[in-house]
Amino acid sequence: MGYSSILDWIIFKDVMDNAFYPFASYNLPFDISYKLWEIIGGLIAWLVNLLLPGNGLSTWLISDEVSNVFALVIFMIVIFAIAFVVTLISLWMERKVLGRLMDRRGTMIGLKGFLQCVADGLKTFMKENVIPRKVDKTTYMWTAALIIGTSVLIACMIPLSPRWFVVNYGTGLLIIMALFALAPFFILVSGWAQNNKYSLIGGMRAAELMISYEVPMLIMIATTCLLAGSFNINDIINAQFDTVWFIVPQIIGFITFIFCATAEAERVPFDIAEAEAELVEGWQTEYAGMKWGLIMLADYMRGYVSCAMVVIMYLGGWLIPFASADMNGWIPEIVFLLKVWLIFFIMILLRGALARVRTDQIVNIGWKVFMPLSVLNLAVVLVLKLGGVF
Amino acid sequence: MMAKNDIVYDPDSHLQTDKMWVIMGPQHPFSHGLWTLKAQLDGEIVTDAEPIIGYLHRGWEKECENRIYPKIIPMADRLCYAASMTYTHLYCMTVEKALGIDIPEKAKYIRMIGDEICRIQSHLMWLAAVGTDLGNLTVFLWSMREREFFMDLNVRLCGARMTTNFPRIGGVRNDINDDFVMYTKRCINRFEKAIWDVISLIDDSSTFVSRMKGTGVLTRERCANLGITGPAMRGTGVDFDVRRDDPYDNYDKVEFEVPVLKDGDSYSRYKIRIEEMFQSCKIIMQALEKIQAIGKNAPYRLKVPSKVPAGRAFMRMEDPRGESMMCLISDGSDKPYRLKVRSPIFVNVSAAKPLVQGCRIADVPVVMAMIDMCLGETDR
Repeated sequence: MGYSSILDWIIFKDVMDNAFYPFASYNLPFDISYKLWEIIGGLIAWLVNLLLPGNGLSTWLISDEVSNVFALVIFMIVIFAIAFVVTLISLWMERKVLGRLMDRRGTMIGLKGFLQCVADGLKTFMKENVIPRKVDKTTYMWTAALIIGTSVLIACMIPLSPRWFVVNYGTGLLIIMALFALAPFFILVSGWAQNNKYSLIGGMRAAELMISYEVPMLIMIATTCLLAGSFNINDIINAQFDTVWFIVPQIIGFITFIFCATAEAERVPFDIAEAEAELVEGWQTEYAGMKWGLIMLADYMRGYVSCAMVVIMYLGGWLIPFASADMNGWIPEIVFLLKVWLIFFIMILLRGALARVRTDQIVNIGWKVFMPLSVLNLAVVLVLKLGGVF
Repeated sequence: MMAKNDIVYDPDSHLQTDKMWVIMGPQHPFSHGLWTLKAQLDGEIVTDAEPIIGYLHRGWEKECENRIYPKIIPMADRLCYAASMTYTHLYCMTVEKALGIDIPEKAKYIRMIGDEICRIQSHLMWLAAVGTDLGNLTVFLWSMREREFFMDLNVRLCGARMTTNFPRIGGVRNDINDDFVMYTKRCINRFEKAIWDVISLIDDSSTFVSRMKGTGVLTRERCANLGITGPAMRGTGVDFDVRRDDPYDNYDKVEFEVPVLKDGDSYSRYKIRIEEMFQSCKIIMQALEKIQAIGKNAPYRLKVPSKVPAGRAFMRMEDPRGESMMCLISDGSDKPYRLKVRSPIFVNVSAAKPLVQGCRIADVPVVMAMIDMCLGETDR
């Protein structure tokens, strides 16, 4: 391919024609990232060609195969950046709403306090990387990385719209749930590795918390999948478009799931693993600086995913209320995020109004309240399904 | 809910577990002040506990022996930072008793007002601490907001917020003015409505109530053996209040009730403190009326001799936290020979072991918050 102008190198062709395209359907983020690489790669190739005309490197840089590899990397960064910004907005929202609840102003630094999140992030990044002398270093570092990693992974796996997703798995909801359940295991190991009594108790509590909410939560997910007839997130939302939002038949499940999601995100009143009153900071006690900052960010990412699951399962995902079919293509990403923040707002209200429950109480609540309610919800859905309503 | 007696530790069971000591303090979020609670844990259950105090020891009693009587007043303020006027009041009463003088009626009522303002302040501070111990910051900030109005009353009464330096031997530092009367009435009318925000936030929520009910249970006999006084004692069904049963100043001339509950758990202690705040409001309003009836130009301070005749004097009063006592031994000079303080918390904290034994570790902050720790007066 001969070089004449930059426009020759930046070619916007149909992604679907690419034999290496790894995804079955049209996918907005990958499309964006592919085009981004075509521009960036084209620029680099043009510069390389300008300095050393006629070499193979510039041709290689914009070949389809290389473009695909780089596009995938950019794709991940784009998805992460969006999840990151959404999480930061959740954090800012929590600070402001909680502040107003408590008769104070909340954060005040720049953009109505939003820049405080950025300042906090920068501060934790500039701190010294402290590793206590007596911890099991390998496990200590790896578990932190895995807790943060799984949380970020599930945050990135949440689809914002039919065109904005990483992978359109047939078992979407199940995989998110499976990845969600990994973190408490790492927390348990991490609490052990830290060689600190508070961390140990905190880690054990994380396991205790998980056995109390995980089973009813899975039953409720199964109920939704039964109603929709699929585990695929897209199918679940399409089913809600065809009938009604699943909050109508599953109102019991909706209320129960909000509480389970609160426990899943380890927020008040179910934050027993990091109960600061008795356990200092629970399993996070020995993590300082950047590690703690990232763990906190991961916590909010889990909060975001919990809310997103409520929205997907009960509130019709990116569907606009009472809108006709052609309206559904209209800014679905924004609609989805607004619904997520609405649920997050409820979680903030819970945090502002409730006290932390005790460890034995959470197990009681999980098995004596959430469990019967989720089974009742399943029974209601079964009756509706067998009665031919859905 | 796990009551105390439900926990059975069976050493012969197949699962052999070790107990571990967890040292909570002196820098721990739950310890309000510098003290340590060593707790022995079997899993989550506390099997043994030992309070360690003394981090804040300043040699208060010894230092008093080298000071003339009026110079001890600012030091008595520093005994308890949450309710500073009560200890100053107690000290002045002790010295007045040693001198054998009777202070003017007006001063008595003003001291009572100061005492009750401090009682409300102290209880609100305690309520805030309970909020954080239960994991809820809303209760903390709302209580602190209410407390701020009483801090402002302190400023209008004597010009200082925390360490007031207000009572004097033979009276009080200054008379109250009309502004103070107006602001106090307004503040109390407001408070009696606004505190219901906090109360309903706690009482209407099963998470709060279930954390407090049935935890840290003390029986009446246990309470007597440990020497516990104050709201913790009245929570176990002992109907005793120094203000009513051994009245000092003019507490016998105002009407108020002493709340008593029989459950002996954390929740009854909580309810008693809340009720005491309302009763304090009642006392303040009555005292204000009595002061206005006495008239503006009545004396509020006596001139007293600087030397106290040789002998012993002993006074006790109802502190926000319990029964505080002071014993003064004088040798006839202008400095005390010996001044002994009996702090209610020093005695109450000895109940830490029976209170938390058998509780879960999550209950430890709540149960200990109900003691209302104040380390300034404990370590002295």
